[in-house]
Amino acid sequence: MRILSLVILFLMLSKTFVASEQIVLGLSQDEVAITANFDGSQILLFGAIQRDAPEPDGKMGVIITIAGPSKPIAVRKKEKRFGIWVNNQTVEVDAAPSFYAVATNAPFSEILLDVEDLRNKISIERAIRSVGAPMHIENSQSFTEAVIRIRKDQKLYQLLENEILVDQNTLFRTAIDMPANLTEGDYFTKIFLTRDGEIVSQFDTTIDVKKVGLERFLFNLSRQNPLIYGLMSLTIAIFAGWVASSFFRYIRHT
Amino acid sequence: MQIYLPIAEVSVNAFLLLGLGGFVGVLSGMFGVGGGFLMTPLLFFIGIPPAVAVATEANQIVASSFSGALAHLRRKTVDLRMGTVLLGGGLIGAVLGLYVFNYLKALGQVDLLVKLCYVVFLGVIGTVMFVESLNAIRRARSNTNVINRNNRHKGLVHTLPLKMRFKTSGLYISVIPPFSVGIFVGILSAIMGVGGGFIMVPAMIYLLGMPTKVVVGTSLFQIIFVTGFTTILHATTNYTVDIALAVLLLIGGVIGAQIGTQIGAKMQAEQLRILLSVLVLLVCLKLAMDLLIEPAELFSLGKLGI
Repeated sequence: MRILSLVILFLMLSKTFVASEQIVLGLSQDEVAITANFDGSQILLFGAIQRDAPEPDGKMGVIITIAGPSKPIAVRKKEKRFGIWVNNQTVEVDAAPSFYAVATNAPFSEILLDVEDLRNKISIERAIRSVGAPMHIENSQSFTEAVIRIRKDQKLYQLLENEILVDQNTLFRTAIDMPANLTEGDYFTKIFLTRDGEIVSQFDTTIDVKKVGLERFLFNLSRQNPLIYGLMSLTIAIFAGWVASSFFRYIRHT
Repeated sequence: MQIYLPIAEVSVNAFLLLGLGGFVGVLSGMFGVGGGFLMTPLLFFIGIPPAVAVATEANQIVASSFSGALAHLRRKTVDLRMGTVLLGGGLIGAVLGLYVFNYLKALGQVDLLVKLCYVVFLGVIGTVMFVESLNAIRRARSNTNVINRNNRHKGLVHTLPLKMRFKTSGLYISVIPPFSVGIFVGILSAIMGVGGGFIMVPAMIYLLGMPTKVVVGTSLFQIIFVTGFTTILHATTNYTVDIALAVLLLIGGVIGAQIGTQIGAKMQAEQLRILLSVLVLLVCLKLAMDLLIEPAELFSLGKLGI
């Protein structure tokens, strides 16, 4: 396990009178390599809260979010038409992260005010943006809920309440499991420190998820030289067919 | 052992894929079907994105049908002339099918139409084959003479122009019906992501009147080229051929196809056909149930514009 830079990149203060607290963070890895036998990954996040004054009053909260690349998705709803179930309505969800995990040290609503959630889009519901649902579709909210429900089932969206361990109100750590069906890209990681539900400090970093080795080579080839890739696939198929045929003939004749 | 598929972007069990490939390969060798009509739904079921499943399946069928066709070539049970006529139609059909497919995709109902196609075709063909095979077995049991195949097919195939002699099949018929069958199968393979053997085999037996033993090898011969063509089309336009997935499926597939060809050579034609018809009906039933029964999850997620 490598401990990478503990440098503070960013410090955001929402209230000046609590400027005395800030986050120092460490990651077990800032890169997830998708190899041929990639089967998900666990990322350890740990850090400390640095204070240059005595600890202020108020309930302290630590929230960690990891968000994968956002892509628009089409959510379709089936309805019964002529006796069979067909896709009937489609709602476009403009931006939904391909992966989203929220870890907290206490029940979510106790450590974050709704207004702060609204501003920073921290909860799973707020992280998904849906605008422009066609007017004729009733209950377009149910489409956004479906995205969350389906992705939660696939462990792509995770709400991990009480999963962050806080030691002496200073040290914190958590482990977040990332499933195997990850999308490549930058995974934006944010750590929020709250007091009585208000964000007093924020730390941002990025985890790079990418294919490596053979996976990378094949993916690039398929995009950059699709004809060569296609011919290669065909050659392999025909060769395999020929090898199997010859091999079995050999077995039968001996 | 989990393996991450670079194009499909999912992680699946390698042995599951090998097993699926093997199972479908056995059927491929036995019946002369590419097995795509079975494999494509199975791949959806284990979580492979449909676009990737269809394109990769075409690539895998190339391997299993090539291996199967080689075995048939050695036993001289391939009508190359008939195969070439079918292939000519098949290539034209594949291009037509790709246009139709893209048009349906633009309408946003491609999944439904693909499934409906499956239900209709598998249902009709499965039923016809099942009844035919049952009758054939009954006739054989009651010891009456087997009817003369050539007497049954004095229809269009003999009256249309452009007649050609197909020595291996022992036929002298017009090339228009086999060429049309080729086009039709080519369209279906592009739309449904299948080799089309399950349509072509019955069409060759019942429409063209070809001997059953030649039908399997000839259909495999045609399938190699049409699915190969489809693979290239998908790889260059949609980038959806997953070579890692294809390799795993085809390792199981080519071995299975060899075993299947051996089994096929030992079994009687009627038994072979009744087995295939039961299988076709089962897949049809499963697909029909999916459409008829209220799904547990009414919503589904899809990519936009792809």
